[in-house]
Amino acid sequence: MSAARAAAVATAICLVAGSAPALQAPTRLDRRPVVVASKPFGESYLLAEIFAQLLEARGIRVVRRPGLGATEIAFGALRSGAIDVYPEYTGTGLLAILGQPPARDPAAVFALVATAFRRRFGIRWLPPLGFENGYAMAVRRETAARYGLRTLSDLARVGGRLTGGFTPDFIGRADGLPALARVYGLRLDAVHPLVPAIKYQALAAGKVDVVDGYSTDGLLIRYDLVVLDDDRHAFPPYEAAALVGAEVQRADPGAVLALSELSGRLDVGRMRQLNRRVEVDGEAVATVAADALSALRLTGRAEPPRWGTAGRGSLWRYFVAERATLARLTLRHLLLVVLSLGAAVLVAVPLGLLLERWAGAAETIIRAVGVLQTIPAIALLAFMIPFLGIGLAPALAALFLYSLYPIVRNTFSGVRDADPSATGAAQALGMTPGQVLRQVRLPLAAPAIMAGIRTAAVIDVGGATLAAFIGAGGLGDPIVAGLALADQRMILSGAIPAALLALLVDALLGACERVARPAGWSGAG
Amino acid sequence: MIDPAGRPASGSRPGAVLTAETVTKRYGDSVALDRVSLSVAAGECVALIGESGSGKTTLLRCFNRLVEPESGRVLFRGTDVRQLDAIAVRRAIGYVPQDGGLLPHWRVARNVALVPRLRGSEGADLLAADALRLVGLDPERFGPRWPRELSGGQRQRVAIARALAARPDVVLLDEPFGALDAITRAELQAAFAALRQELSITCVLVTHDIHEALALADRIAVIRQARLEQTATPADLVAAPATEYVRRLLAQARVTTG
Repeated sequence: MSAARAAAVATAICLVAGSAPALQAPTRLDRRPVVVASKPFGESYLLAEIFAQLLEARGIRVVRRPGLGATEIAFGALRSGAIDVYPEYTGTGLLAILGQPPARDPAAVFALVATAFRRRFGIRWLPPLGFENGYAMAVRRETAARYGLRTLSDLARVGGRLTGGFTPDFIGRADGLPALARVYGLRLDAVHPLVPAIKYQALAAGKVDVVDGYSTDGLLIRYDLVVLDDDRHAFPPYEAAALVGAEVQRADPGAVLALSELSGRLDVGRMRQLNRRVEVDGEAVATVAADALSALRLTGRAEPPRWGTAGRGSLWRYFVAERATLARLTLRHLLLVVLSLGAAVLVAVPLGLLLERWAGAAETIIRAVGVLQTIPAIALLAFMIPFLGIGLAPALAALFLYSLYPIVRNTFSGVRDADPSATGAAQALGMTPGQVLRQVRLPLAAPAIMAGIRTAAVIDVGGATLAAFIGAGGLGDPIVAGLALADQRMILSGAIPAALLALLVDALLGACERVARPAGWSGAG
Repeated sequence: MIDPAGRPASGSRPGAVLTAETVTKRYGDSVALDRVSLSVAAGECVALIGESGSGKTTLLRCFNRLVEPESGRVLFRGTDVRQLDAIAVRRAIGYVPQDGGLLPHWRVARNVALVPRLRGSEGADLLAADALRLVGLDPERFGPRWPRELSGGQRQRVAIARALAARPDVVLLDEPFGALDAITRAELQAAFAALRQELSITCVLVTHDIHEALALADRIAVIRQARLEQTATPADLVAAPATEYVRRLLAQARVTTG
């Protein structure tokens, strides 16, 4: 990709060579837009949108890739140059990416990751944005008042009288609950594992007394909770900062400069308010980002938002308001399914036929193809980033791999089990093995093959929603964003068309199957 | 003709169209054919009769190289079939399987034209229409039908037409009437007998029905547990059963022996 760009730049320079004043212009026009990405949770979407709008306000073209899978996909994409910038947290860089033990001092952690990332990956941490989004232990205001709780040391003092409700992740990981036990000697009366979605409700209802959260959760405000100060620094610091790829540092220093304007400008209180507007009030990410930038006096007015312009109305109104976007996403989704399924048919049907002739290896190969099915989508997508980058290509490759199994399996067993009396007669009357396969086994196996293709198609329509994690678009975009922003309508605006698409594709293939099959012949006969 | 053991190959006769010489075939530990010798003269119809698993179908399938014997030889017009192309041998010999074996995704006309088309014969469709007429089916009416739209007897007639369409002078039939009801079977047997006379084709007919063998064959080969018990004309077989097994076979079928 960069070679092609270099060639394009070189060509442009050659074309204007001789007219020195024009030399500057083509490079600028030719400049690639800055690709701004986020991970799939509310704050990450919001920060990425703030980055994007700030760059646009400085006259820099931007491409948005929100909601990339998780750390390994977002970071993998940055490392391979598929994206240029995304918001990350120093603690995540230290623990998840560098795999080093937790450290306590924020400045030391920043210095550590900044040095290590520059040396190892050529990736730059811009100075932190000004807030931490680490673990935050929260209690109800009346609990804090009754026991006089301000810090985690205070909590440890009365821990035996309180009940905790924590995410299983927090209970298990070394920098979670075990760190509190180690640093503060915290012992609670009881600990209940709770999923994030019901944690705050359980706390508000008095079922538990203390929960784990993130320091910038908008829900902390909604439930009027008190966050206890980590006075002995048990938790590693998770300072938010823009993570900038090597390419953009070299090619577009203006973009790095623009993003640096945000350093130190977002404090915890402001971030919590902004998150609340997105996660609790359901405001559009773009609107909140624009307001944040103008409140910081970094911009004038905002870009039109991408989704969620309809406010909190009925689902139907939402669909009507978003119809253009949804139509575009549906077409994109269909493109993903049609291309990946088409390629899978072209590979899997011949493979199934080949295996019929090569029966010894058949089961082994089919099982190997089946194993592909068991690789988690995120892992598969992350694995492909170095080869295929992000966007359409890795999504198509993953969907292609997931589609192979049902088609190979059905093709193979369809041709193998084709009516033995018909295949026997064809052989006895002098058909070559190839003729038996093409003229008898293949047509007799057609219904089984079509059934395999239909299965693969329906799996594909569902699987294509995962394409959102790698920036390939489609109906997964509103599903992933809706899940991150706790917006039911946004989730449904992706999920309902995806379900309808699955039914439609299945019905269409069913119709193809009936047309393709000779009128007088029923496969069962 | 001398076999590797040095004994004269008893099955070989001058002018034989099909010959099996001390043919042995095993499937794993079980012996399907044990030194079987048989020859079929031009225009002759030989019935292979025996119980299920006796080896009669295996012997039939040796003649068109669907089965390759372990030892012994199979000759087609005096040439060892191993020197002939298997596909060419099969296209030269008609074949009627037990259940018809019609290709369910092809119409009757296409089914019957199969071998002429494989051989690249000109006028394959005309040959197919002729063959349908031979077995008493109107090509206009039956040609466009699907196999599943036919009765059992019609299906079997189509299978015979398909075997005859390329005008072979040798036809192998594997229990061609076995799955039919008694009346239909009798009709088809009569039609087959007439056809055979008319076309003077050489036939090997596998059957487990002694009445069918007696009615249709010029000679009968009784096979029991992979071995040939007796080969004789129907009259000789009935008059002089060579073994106790053959006598019992006839007695069970209420055929009066001499």
